[in-house]
Formats: sequence, C-alpha cells, structure tokens
Amino acid sequence: MRPIKSAKLKQTRFPRVAIALRLAGFLLLLPGHLLSAQNVPIVSGAVGFFDSKNTGINFFQPVFAPVVVAPLGKHFLAESRFDLRGFYERKNGNSGPYQGSFFGSTQYLQLDYFAADKLTITAGRFLTPFGTYNERLTAIWIQKIQDAPLIFSIGTRTTGSSDGAMVRGALIAKPAIHVNYIGYFSASSNAPQFQAGRAAGYRFDAYFPGKRVEIGTSYGRFLQGTHNNSSGAHFWWQPWRFPLEVRSEYAHGAHAQGYWIESTYRLSQWRGPDSLFGRLEPVFRMQQTFRNSPGQGDGLPAADTTQADFGLDYHLPHEVRLNSSYSRKLSATGNANIWDISLTYRFLFPMWRGHQ
Amino acid sequence: MKNMRSNSKYAVLPLAIFLLGSLLTWAQAATSAQSAGRAPSAPHAKPAVTNPGERAFQANCGRCHNPPEQLSPRITGTVLRHMRERALLSPQDERDILKYLAP
Repeated sequence: MRPIKSAKLKQTRFPRVAIALRLAGFLLLLPGHLLSAQNVPIVSGAVGFFDSKNTGINFFQPVFAPVVVAPLGKHFLAESRFDLRGFYERKNGNSGPYQGSFFGSTQYLQLDYFAADKLTITAGRFLTPFGTYNERLTAIWIQKIQDAPLIFSIGTRTTGSSDGAMVRGALIAKPAIHVNYIGYFSASSNAPQFQAGRAAGYRFDAYFPGKRVEIGTSYGRFLQGTHNNSSGAHFWWQPWRFPLEVRSEYAHGAHAQGYWIESTYRLSQWRGPDSLFGRLEPVFRMQQTFRNSPGQGDGLPAADTTQADFGLDYHLPHEVRLNSSYSRKLSATGNANIWDISLTYRFLFPMWRGHQ
Repeated sequence: MKNMRSNSKYAVLPLAIFLLGSLLTWAQAATSAQSAGRAPSAPHAKPAVTNPGERAFQANCGRCHNPPEQLSPRITGTVLRHMRERALLSPQDERDILKYLAP
C-alpha cells in the first residue's frame, strides 16, 4: 500500500467528519454586508471515482473533496478542504464480494490574515509546506497521476497536515524574480480529524516568471518523541513556448531518501487544446527511494525501490478529466504492477447570489 | 544487493525512453517550426501573451491547474484571495489577474 492511501486509512471514520463540517458551517452564516460584489464565498472542489489494481488486488474509491473559501472583511480569509472517500475491495483480496468503508479527513481548515503585502499569517489546520507536492498537487482535480510519490511522507509525516500557525509571503516580487518564504510551527494533536505532530519548518523558493523556472528548498524538524530532521529540494520548469511541464523533488528523511521527476506534455499544439488530440496529456514519472535504516510507520517503502509511472490523461469538456496510469515497481520486497484509472469532475460556484 | 543492481538496470530503461521521447518531441517541434518558415529558436511558439493579467495567471495559477471554464464575476475576488495565499501572489499580480478575470 502506498503512503497516501495508508495514511488515509488511518484517518478516523466518516461520521466524525460531521464535527469538521460543523466547524466549517459557520462560513454559511457570514454577514452579507462584509462581502463586496466580487467576494461571495465559494464552494469548489471535485468529485471523483478511482479504480486501482495493485499486485492483482482491485479496489475502488469514490471521492468527494469539497473546498470552501470565504472572505471575512478586507484582511481575513477562511478556507477549508475535506476529503471524504469510500474504500471498497474484495473480501478475500482477489475473490469474494466487495466490501468497504467510508473515511474522511480534514486536510485544511484555516484562517488567513493578510497582514501586509509580503506577509500572510495563517492559523488553524493547514497543509504542511514541505516540498511542493503536498501543497500544490494533492487536490484530486490537479494531480496528473493518482498515486502520491513514494517520498510523499518525508517532511509531511504521512497525514500531510499541521495544526498551528504559519507565516508566508514574497520577500521579493519583481517581474524577473520572486523569492518566497514560508515558516510554520505545528502542535501535537490527537483530536479526531485534527491529528498532527509537533514540528517546525520552513520553505524558501526562487521563481523566475520569465522562464517559468522554480528552485527551492524545504526543512522540517519533528519535535516529539525522537527528534529528527527532514530536508528537501525541488525544481520546476514549465517553458512558455510549449506545453511541457517538468516537476521534481528530492527529500532526505531520518531513515530514507529519494526523489521523483515528473514530466507532462499536453498535445495542445495539434489543433489547439480543445481538439480531439489536443486534450491528451501523456505523463511520465520516475522515482526512487533508498532506505538507510529501518523506520517503521514512516510511510516509506521498506526497501530500496524504483518505480516508473506511465500516465495518459484526457481533459474532457466541462472540467471532467480521465486519468490513467501504469506503474512498474521494482523492489527487493517484491516487484509489482499498478494500474490506476480515475474520473474527476471539478466544480466551482458561488455560495449565494451576493450583492450586485 | 545483486537484486538491487538488477533493479537499477531496469530503471535505466524507462529513463532512456523518457529522454528519447523528449528528444523526439524537441526534434518534431523544431522541424515543424522550420517548415512553417519560423526561426528555429522559437519552435511552436505560443501566441505572445500581451495581457499582463493573463500572463500573471499563466505564470502563477496556471503552473498547477487549468483555468476554470466559467468564473462568475461575483467570486473573482474570493478566488484571487485564495490564490494569493496558495500561490504567494504579489499584490501587482493579484491586481493584474483580477482585471483579467473580471475586466
């Protein structure tokens, strides 16, 4: 089982999501006079249906991932994202009737305060800003390959969320270069839907808009139990001239290290992005992990692993996307073939009509 | 150990396919540009983005996701604030994108 899925399975059961949803419910009660014509709260997110076959075992996951965003006056913003999914597999692995359960997780539920042009202060539960994958690519309507990279849990401690406070902003924001920073502290929590570890960390990146190149580095220190460090680096390149995207990350944890590099190429140059072929997007991801020492429960493969993922995505009209991929995993603990196919629909609409 | 070495050999194959694919893509792009009478240095160049808001959108938001197909003018401010926090937009980029999304 891959890290992100095993992490989700550890989440609390579906009925407990009601607690988090109740907390988000206050967004629906916002006084209208605080909101201008363009600032009506939104409900966004996606619904999806995932099918995976890993070493011959098939399982389905219907997913609902709503995002709620609501401005509160001029300087505050409340936002949240939940992940509600069913997990269905055969009773005896590859035989017997399908049976399953629902799981839910609060991925973020945070209040942002825009203190200054270069400073935003966030409090609550937020996505741990280690590397780029967790913050930018975990949304089911964004990810190009269904499964998270093998090194996902380095720096994010498998849940991917932190409870505490974060400061972030752009130190330098010029047309030629942006230098961004993020610093955070997370408290330990075992509360349902808000499980997190005590940790602190930062991320710095330099982005060159003219070239659409970004390089950055991340650091995190786990501050409960056995303290340990995680560090990482990332590189993104998305040239203006053609629809190629190259993303990569390297991360080093207490017991393992690894990297992934992902490349996508939308065939939009063949008669435009809305043509039959222009909607196709081949994806390739190469990843390796190297185990330095045993680290039970760290969400990483138990032995050195090499995995190649070959994906083919199709961008259907009306925000519907079909993702498919085949992965070949090579490991001392056993090689595996992994097949994934998913259908997602992304939605975005205002919560109410608002002032005209 | 022997098994891991064997695995490393397998890993070279997809990497080689990826590099070969990239090379072919580049070659195809360069050939098409030349046949269309363009400078080889600008293969399949996208139409120049002159709108600063569109450029700011593509330089920031568009790096992770496609633009929404429909966007109600009532929520452009909310979406922009969300992106300001997510993508660390500068105030100038935020203003430019707002003008682009809700002219």
